[in-house]
Amino acid sequence: MKKDSWVASPFMLWVVIFTVVPLAMVCWYAFTDSTGAFTLANIETIGTYWGYLKDSLVMGAVATVLCLLLGYPVAYVMSRASWMAQQTLMMLLMLPQWMNFLLRTYAWMTILENNGLINTLLGKIGIGPFHMINTKGAIILGMVYNFLPYMILPIYSVMEKIHKSLFEAANDLGANRVQTFRRVVLPLSLPGVITGITMVFVPSVSTFVISQMLGGGRNPLIGDVIERLFVGAAPNYNVGAALSLVLMVLILISMAVMKKFDDGEETGGLMM
Amino acid sequence: MKILSRIYTGLIFLFLYAPIVVLVVFSFNQSKSRSVWKGFSMRWYENLFRDHMILEALWTSIEVAVIAAIVSTVIGTAAAVGLKKMNKGLRSVMLTLNNVPMVNPDIVTGISMMLLFVAVFGTTGLLRPGFGTLVIAHITFCIPYVILSVLPKLNQMNPSIYEAAQDLGCPPFRAFMKVVIPEIMPGIITGMMMAFTLSLDDFVISYFTSGSTAQTLPMVIYSMTKRRISPKINALSALMFVIVLALLVVINVRQIRDMARRKKENY
Repeated sequence: MKKDSWVASPFMLWVVIFTVVPLAMVCWYAFTDSTGAFTLANIETIGTYWGYLKDSLVMGAVATVLCLLLGYPVAYVMSRASWMAQQTLMMLLMLPQWMNFLLRTYAWMTILENNGLINTLLGKIGIGPFHMINTKGAIILGMVYNFLPYMILPIYSVMEKIHKSLFEAANDLGANRVQTFRRVVLPLSLPGVITGITMVFVPSVSTFVISQMLGGGRNPLIGDVIERLFVGAAPNYNVGAALSLVLMVLILISMAVMKKFDDGEETGGLMM
Repeated sequence: MKILSRIYTGLIFLFLYAPIVVLVVFSFNQSKSRSVWKGFSMRWYENLFRDHMILEALWTSIEVAVIAAIVSTVIGTAAAVGLKKMNKGLRSVMLTLNNVPMVNPDIVTGISMMLLFVAVFGTTGLLRPGFGTLVIAHITFCIPYVILSVLPKLNQMNPSIYEAAQDLGCPPFRAFMKVVIPEIMPGIITGMMMAFTLSLDDFVISYFTSGSTAQTLPMVIYSMTKRRISPKINALSALMFVIVLALLVVINVRQIRDMARRKKENY
């Protein structure tokens, strides 16, 4: 039967040419100069971009924590609802995701602008105007808005699988609702939380669209810097590749840390 | 407690839907303003259908998505079948590589392929950044999703039915088409639909891999939000939302009715 595995060869060829080779090229560009000679200069210039990198990591982390705090209770409520309500809420949650995220972000532009909807409405009752667009807060709001469902869905899908008998058992053993939540639901939902965190953190840290639309280019993130270095007026693929490499490595490290944390939970139960 | 959790869930859903409602309402606004209501009008919808750039981009998006969905489904399904028969070491390497486009930030996937296309075009004149590279990029990020939706179906399948077909004298290829394919069809369809919608929705990877000759709809939307904004975008959003809503309602209602029936039968 082993000989049948040849049907996977188009896929293997495709992955090598369009995934492995491009990533190798990122590494190659990161460690060479414009003439193709080996250099560490690109990696060294990253120091000058540290501010953008730090801003991206901090704002991505804040957005992720907010998504977790806002999304976890929703996932819990959904998982405890009736079957029909669960299906409906699922659909309601997915529906906005089917609209292009540029349009969803654009919607917030029109709401937060200086003469946007909020300020117009507040103006009618004599308050404001407030300056909301082009701030870090607006960018974080955009991240939370766009990626909140990515937090809710994985948490919901693990919570929904928690068997009813576990609640009954906890109840029979004298646990109250808070104890049941802390000892049963919370530990069992952790894999979903981990998935949710990565699904929100990765796109938040690497975004350049949200920061451009809601930050007005005044709070550039690392994604904006990379974008400028590749398609801007003065492109520099070498530095851009070095920054992308750093971004990739940082994300891989944070995912590895999360994974470790997850494994530790399953066996150790350090949480409580 | 029950009321509190209902109010909270309601508020979150309000947060998710309020911006969309605003978009849709102002698509019918008489004036260009996005915050002051000046009366009902359909003029932005009329303008939308007269905008050749938008219509052309919509067509490009659909073309790319159809090609990417079909090619990635064929390659991905074959890959899933092959992966099952592969020795363990190679399989786990390939599955890890398969995950790369899914875990990597889109911007990194985009620029890495851009580097490849630019280098190949620069040295050989092949793969001129444009429609072709766009399709290649889309196939690349769609394949992993097809594989991950077909593999579980293959794992669930009872291998004896394929063997039984052969024992009864069916040649292997025919047995595969008649027995295995129908068995894993739900996975293939899910994968193809995912590929289609992901391709239609993608902005970041397209932005870096399309050069300046091909524009998909999300790319036009992006350039519109950078210039002076026209409520045409609102009209476009509203239309897309209604289409998606209709599709989803049809699919879900059927599915829910199906599942409800099956649930009843089980009791």
